Amino acid sequence: MRIIPKEVETLWTLFTAPVIWAGHFLACYALAAIWCAKRGDLGFAVVQAGIVAMTLAALAMIVLSGWLAWRQWGFGTNDPPHDDPTATDRNLFQGFATLLLCGLSFVAVLYVALPLLFIDGCSS
Amino acid sequence: MAIAGGFIWLTVIGLLAHATRHERTPIDERVASRLIFWGGAAIPSLLLFLLLGYALWLMPGLRPFARAGEANGLRIEVTGEQFWWRVAYHPADGGVPILSANEIRLPVGERVEFLLKSTDVIHSFWIPALGGKMDMIPGRVNRLSLLATKPGTYRGPCAEYCGTSHALMTFTAVAMQPAAFREWLAVRANPSPGASLPGRDIFLRNGCGACHRVAGTQAEGGVGPDLSHMGSRGTIGAGVLTTDDEAVRSFIAHPHLIKPGSKMPDFNMLPQQDIAEIASWLKGLE
Ligand code: HEC
Ligand SMILES: [Cu+2]
Repeated sequence: MRIIPKEVETLWTLFTAPVIWAGHFLACYALAAIWCAKRGDLGFAVVQAGIVAMTLAALAMIVLSGWLAWRQWGFGTNDPPHDDPTATDRNLFQGFATLLLCGLSFVAVLYVALPLLFIDGCSS
Repeated sequence: MAIAGGFIWLTVIGLLAHATRHERTPIDERVASRLIFWGGAAIPSLLLFLLLGYALWLMPGLRPFARAGEANGLRIEVTGEQFWWRVAYHPADGGVPILSANEIRLPVGERVEFLLKSTDVIHSFWIPALGGKMDMIPGRVNRLSLLATKPGTYRGPCAEYCGTSHALMTFTAVAMQPAAFREWLAVRANPSPGASLPGRDIFLRNGCGACHRVAGTQAEGGVGPDLSHMGSRGTIGAGVLTTDDEAVRSFIAHPHLIKPGSKMPDFNMLPQQDIAEIASWLKGLE
């Protein structure tokens, strides 16, 4: 039995990775902003740990989505362009496009998290 | 950063030149796609990652106050208002702030922290010769750290459209030698001796003091610019006019002709003589 169906006939899976990126971006900045505004007793390390955890989770989800896309694209056995007006080509095209978007989002998530290495607290 | 940018630029242009010069022999499709993957995606991402990391690492140096905490030197609070700049110098020792308007002075060779605010709409503070712009946002305090390395007089415009007279909202920034600056600031901390001219009473009688402050008089208003030392400033009306007699008189008589949308009411119902008296008194406040 498959937990994840082999073919999802919908366009929405295309946006999974960018949506994860956007959510991760929002969550990181919201977490830091809320923490800096409230100043609880917990140290900034909590924020750092939270962002690291969210980043790893986001990357894992993007990799998963990328793997599904790769599978949809047939693990690279077909070469683009998939521009015939057939269901197969539509499917392959979507898989390939999703895969590319996954790569982009993976890098983007890393760029979003990068400042964390240099930040050691709230500015004031 | 510039070196890395230049290097990348040269490489790209070099490749372009190479592509246009050489005879066109098709290359193998496998090689081509590998080239696109590495040269077009992987390496640029990696380079950007490294450059971004380097830029982020530099950042604390550009914003030293974030680390050093509060009050490590002179702080100048500038508030954008339609259509002028309210200025307050907060001395390092936490003494009484010294108020001024439409002109900023700062010592050469010392980092000055600006606290940027706004009371009405978004303005943007910018001294192009000294650094980048920073928005002034109602309800927020934005910080900017500037270091003047050469003495001189610099212009600063409002860099965010803020209403009818936005283009008439500028200021001058004067970078002075530290000793001269401190002397200048010490003088501003006290009321101007001024001349006891009749203009002073006319000013007070006509309610100018409800909006303007002149240190050492009953004029304590905070709506408009502080006029305590107006005579020693080069300009009035946030850089639109000089401080010569004629200009001061015409500003008092009809600020709306000079700066449409200004919050200062026209006073052209006052006798010419009174306006002239006020103008010469204000000019004497050095
Ligand atoms: C309702 C408040 C109000 C009153 C009353 C008022 N002013 Fe003003 N005044 C302002 C405002 C606001 C500005 C800033 C205008 C601008 O540059 O946009 C200003 C600007 C000025 C300036 C230019 C200052 C500078 O540093 O650029 C002078 C001079 C001046 N007023 C003189 C007077 C005199 C003299 C009177 C009385 C006859 C008077 N004002 C009454 C609000 C007022
Ligand atoms: Cu403005």
